[in-house]
Amino acid sequence: MKRFSTPVRAVSAAGTAVLCIAGLSACSSSDDSAQAGSDTYTWWDPYPQHDESSDWAQRVAACGDEAGVTIERTAYDTTALTNQALLAAQEGNSPDIILLDNPAVSTLADAGMLTTMSEFGLDTSRFDENLLAAGVVGGDAYGIPIGANTLSLYYNKTILDAAGVDPASITDWQSLTAALEKVVANGDKGITFAGIGTEEGSFQFLPWFWGAGADLRDLDSPEAVAALELWKGWLDAGYAPNTVINNSQNTTWEEFLTGRFAFAENGTWQVNSAAEAEFPTGVIQIPGRDGGVAQTPTGGEFITAPVQEDEARYDVTKQIVECMTTPEGLVKTANTFAYYIPSTQAGQKELLAQHPELETWVEAVRNAKGRTSDDLGTDYPKISEALWTAVQKALSGSMSPKDALAEAQSNAEAEIE
Amino acid sequence: MRSTSPKTAGGTEADGREAVVTPPSGPSGGRVDGPPENVARRSRLREPRWAALGFIAPLLAYLAIFYAYPLYRNVDLSLHDYTPRAFVMGNPEFLGLANYVDVVTSDAFGLALRNTALFTFVSIAAQYAVGLALAVFFHNNFRLSGLLRGMFLIPWLLPWIVSASTWSWMMNSENGIVNSVLESFGIGQINWLTSPDWALTSVIIANIWLGIPFNLVILYAGLQNIPKDLYEAAALDGASVWQQFWRVTFPLLRPVSAVTLLLGLIYTLKVVDVIWIMTTGGPGNSSTTLAIWSYREAFGTGQPEFSPAATVGNLLIVIALVFGFVHLYLQRRQERT
Repeated sequence: MKRFSTPVRAVSAAGTAVLCIAGLSACSSSDDSAQAGSDTYTWWDPYPQHDESSDWAQRVAACGDEAGVTIERTAYDTTALTNQALLAAQEGNSPDIILLDNPAVSTLADAGMLTTMSEFGLDTSRFDENLLAAGVVGGDAYGIPIGANTLSLYYNKTILDAAGVDPASITDWQSLTAALEKVVANGDKGITFAGIGTEEGSFQFLPWFWGAGADLRDLDSPEAVAALELWKGWLDAGYAPNTVINNSQNTTWEEFLTGRFAFAENGTWQVNSAAEAEFPTGVIQIPGRDGGVAQTPTGGEFITAPVQEDEARYDVTKQIVECMTTPEGLVKTANTFAYYIPSTQAGQKELLAQHPELETWVEAVRNAKGRTSDDLGTDYPKISEALWTAVQKALSGSMSPKDALAEAQSNAEAEIE
Repeated sequence: MRSTSPKTAGGTEADGREAVVTPPSGPSGGRVDGPPENVARRSRLREPRWAALGFIAPLLAYLAIFYAYPLYRNVDLSLHDYTPRAFVMGNPEFLGLANYVDVVTSDAFGLALRNTALFTFVSIAAQYAVGLALAVFFHNNFRLSGLLRGMFLIPWLLPWIVSASTWSWMMNSENGIVNSVLESFGIGQINWLTSPDWALTSVIIANIWLGIPFNLVILYAGLQNIPKDLYEAAALDGASVWQQFWRVTFPLLRPVSAVTLLLGLIYTLKVVDVIWIMTTGGPGNSSTTLAIWSYREAFGTGQPEFSPAATVGNLLIVIALVFGFVHLYLQRRQERT
């Protein structure tokens, strides 16, 4: 026992020091809590890459100026934001506005910490219904999409030309697989996508899952198995690299930029990067199993207003939300973010007038579907975890697609109950 | 081992322990243990008690705020059903031990426990073996040994996210340097991170590399405490280098080794970053340890599940605690003999 006395003394000294420091910082930070003064409104968003001098920060500040208040903006990482929001709500000092990744809206709405848009008297009818749906819980809209993005297939024109593949000929899974076969026979690599064991993996798998006609409530349907067998088949045939099992969407994109892949599944956010690539690129819609265009999942953030004790604050909050979602505002946001497709018809028209080359993406977004739609709401994250685990197990060969999806379905059912 | 050469090993062990253990126990022994002082203190107990409490209060407050409360909160989380809604409203349903039952009976538990055991024990065994070999190697000071020793510390200086990302690039199936070297020797592609048979091995390899400097530094310091004359005596007795290591170095390093292994065990049990960055616990669950499981429940999915996360976290704490007690028990027994 006596052995411990020295460390204990050291700890007590350190403890005293830490306590003093903690005490100091507690004092100094006590006056800038989230519930700021009446002319300062707090704003959280998941864009830490945009610092205070960025166009985005200035755009947020301008909306504050218009409403006659100062906006204090804090940026968090996407997943950290959900947890921070829950903590703040628990402490009763939620910010006035949070920009939330769309699948998180139903989670926080279900926690009872968001106000509905109708409480604010905001009309949501001008927003595209398929985009708005991700924020609708029990018939009430808990947020407004400030823009949307989704997935398509980028292609490397040099490689396709060399293999004699016409991108326009790709209209269903069969013609896509045939194109991959030609490309690989010609000595290039086929396709890369992200099958990582996180939400990104499910996000990338969904176009094929929905494109086969499968439903998220029914993970082990024959349609779902067909979608997973398509991916697995590409891996087995060498059309897709083994690395896709561990690829995030960023890694996938880096692989595509090496110029060795014919196709990459990726999102609207890479439009600029694709234009700057060292080879000519193009985009096609992800095909459905038997033709047509597959439904793709929407990405993008919702502007939401957490419940406040002081309801007098809502008036200004409403003005800020309106400022961010006017057609001009949506186009400005779209341009600030290097292509975020506006969430209203009017906004989309205006964007296309400025950037006609985005036609494919506007179409893809119009056709896209929220992951939490179909009244999945807070069940979606649980289903999604089961789904990406099944994708991982099937692709890595530890289970057949059929067995992996059957296990996923029973796990998802057990989680939801 | 000791019985074969009682003279050298037995004699030196006592000396060695004195060298390592005495300094910390010295001052405290004088302060607390002297019986006369104790009596004197008891007689004037009343007055300084408040002053004493005042001095100890910051420590108590610190322990309560930063250790006791978070621990209590973690237990509280694991005994309730904290859905996001319940978390905000503060009205979670009390579940008792149901979360623990769920975790332990879940399909994933057996695999996670096995992975945790393999990851921890293989990692620390290899780290210790390599660390000790290097420490002995550097103990014979030679030219540039300082510089080389410094270079071995690099893994320690790098942020874990950098090391783990670098390892995951090196082990990339298609473009990784590891596979391209293997291919030049005629060994085909190994899917280090994407095959269920290799993923755990890969993260263990990376973790061993990360842990070697820690073992090297502590064991090297331990070696410095072994008196030189013991080696001289052993050499005079005709002990070979190999015998010197097993009969002098190794037994005298035992207390330092025990601490190194215990600390290694505790910080290997809780490793999240390396595994998360390299495989996110996949493919499937094939490299999921208890720590990864806990992290995934709380932060890895779209919906934070604090209760199961806290449950798995508490199980980890219990496991670490058990090994801590085993360590204390072994140390006491060793001191008594």
